[in-house]
Amino acid sequence: MSGIRRRKRIDRGIKVRSESIYVLTSLREIGYLAAPRVLLVGGLLALPLARQGSPYAGKVALSALIVALLAISFDFLANFAGLVCLGGAFFYGVGGYAAAFLNEELGLPCYLALPLAAVLGALICTLAIWPCLPLRGIYFAVVTLMYPLLATRLIEAFDVLGGTEGYMGIIGFPSETLEAYVLIVLVLAGLFGLRRFLAEDPGLVIRAVKDNDQAVKAAGIGVTWCRTKTLFIASLFGCFAGAYYAHLYGAVGISAFALDLSLLPIAATVVGGSGTLVGPLVGSLLLVPLGELLREFGGLRTAVYAAILTVVIVLRSEGLIPFLARKYAQRETWVEL
Amino acid sequence: MVEILVYGTVQSAGLLLMTFGFSLVYGISRLPNFAHGALFVFTGYAAWLLRNEARLPYWLAAALALLAAGLLGVLIYQLVLKRIRGMEMSEVIATYAIGLLILESLRWRGLRGTTFTLPVLAPGAVNLLGVPIDYQRIAVVLLGFGIVGALWILTKTTRLGLALRGVAQDEQAAMLLGIDTDLVATVAVGLGSVLAGAGALILFPLGSIVVQSGYQVLVWAIAVCVVGGLGSWAGTVVACLLLGFAQHLTAAYGKPHYQMVVMLLAIIVTLVIKPSGLLGRQKELEERV
Repeated sequence: MSGIRRRKRIDRGIKVRSESIYVLTSLREIGYLAAPRVLLVGGLLALPLARQGSPYAGKVALSALIVALLAISFDFLANFAGLVCLGGAFFYGVGGYAAAFLNEELGLPCYLALPLAAVLGALICTLAIWPCLPLRGIYFAVVTLMYPLLATRLIEAFDVLGGTEGYMGIIGFPSETLEAYVLIVLVLAGLFGLRRFLAEDPGLVIRAVKDNDQAVKAAGIGVTWCRTKTLFIASLFGCFAGAYYAHLYGAVGISAFALDLSLLPIAATVVGGSGTLVGPLVGSLLLVPLGELLREFGGLRTAVYAAILTVVIVLRSEGLIPFLARKYAQRETWVEL
Repeated sequence: MVEILVYGTVQSAGLLLMTFGFSLVYGISRLPNFAHGALFVFTGYAAWLLRNEARLPYWLAAALALLAAGLLGVLIYQLVLKRIRGMEMSEVIATYAIGLLILESLRWRGLRGTTFTLPVLAPGAVNLLGVPIDYQRIAVVLLGFGIVGALWILTKTTRLGLALRGVAQDEQAAMLLGIDTDLVATVAVGLGSVLAGAGALILFPLGSIVVQSGYQVLVWAIAVCVVGGLGSWAGTVVACLLLGFAQHLTAAYGKPHYQMVVMLLAIIVTLVIKPSGLLGRQKELEERV
């Protein structure tokens, strides 16, 4: 019976050997385990070198990392806590405005305004979305979709926070190297920190809430409080991204609540691989430069992101990182049946 | 006072036209069609193109546009939704992305400004209880409630309606009884798209066709669904009446900017006081909270 074949996947020997403590006995196996991590960390730390070549490439790399923060925040909320947030731009905008307000109205210097804006913005976001936290599934998705729209309308209607003009002349970072490394180090710290957090007990509860909140409730743990903490962490990432952007470009306006900024992180997450946390980072490092290439098409950019998102979610829903991880860990062969 | 009553009713009927397709599809096949708003704008623009560029008579252009909307809905189901059925998160993201794809392509294709308008069904105005009102707004009220009534009769009396309701209640049981649930879901999504299109053709003559209304329709559709309670026809109608009057009052006595705030407040208050919606039942409560 030739012609009937199936694909057989077997874990590579080295993967199995490097799973236990004995990995420490062989340099090769240590290398196997460390290689992807070293590649990621080293690659990101080397990013500012690109800047020496062309300042433009450096800017693009930084905006990719800003999007990566938003994407990690989306991935964390959607795939670990079960809250699909279609309004990531809300976090971003609130963070940006918080930084601008602290810097311009209160005169705080950059190194104080940036962290304070992240925390303050996260508190504001958490409080604003808190009434909707009992919602699940599509209800949460669409209610969060409303928040950035609402923020834009409110700023226009009340003409507060600089009105439609926004804030200009926010003080930037003292040096370009510092500017780049603040973001890179925090992205890496956030990424690995979040991974560790999700593997510990509190993270376990968060994932349990996604899978079966009734069971968590039955175990005597408050579901809404747990979701509140999750939301705070996610908005911390988003608000930091917004605040950093405000300091980087020295300006923030109602375009910080734009639809692009809600959609792009989602596309990056889906392309990179949902539920991996690294995937969103890699996805945004791919999609943001692509978006820069499409800059001359203007409004069509959002449409292109949407098209990529649709195609990937239908045809290759696992994403890039799970695919690569499988290739790295397993050997595939075709077997005759 | 009479004016509030008349124009509030118009606003409510308009809301019903915009949102009914969405709640129908979600109520029947549990498919959140986030492309609903995009289909709304798409139909309006398609009708405009057919009328002004292909020079077709308006009734033909409208019919073709409706057909196109229905086909687009069926395509969305067959090509995309069918493959990711049951993965709620992917359904939301995929339909939202399709909606954005349609809306932003239309914007790129040249749908900007206020030059795109559709003709009214009948020009002129009449005095109703001392309030001047044009015929188009009367048509909105009649058609809004008329379409909902017609669909209600359809689902209560025909075989197709029975199948739709069966799938809404329990998909697996319906499958056991020989109902092709895929076909029913396709019909539901197609029907929802045609409803979105019909709403567009009736409502766009009151203003101009803008991309922005696509997002607005989506947000309002969800607001109506949350406030009214899913799967409940009466709930949808009551929610439309409530929110319609609320909208009219905010527009009349405040700024139109506040309409979005009113919607969000309505959602939050509903969730805090009665999470299952005004007329929703226990089953829906489990799903959303």
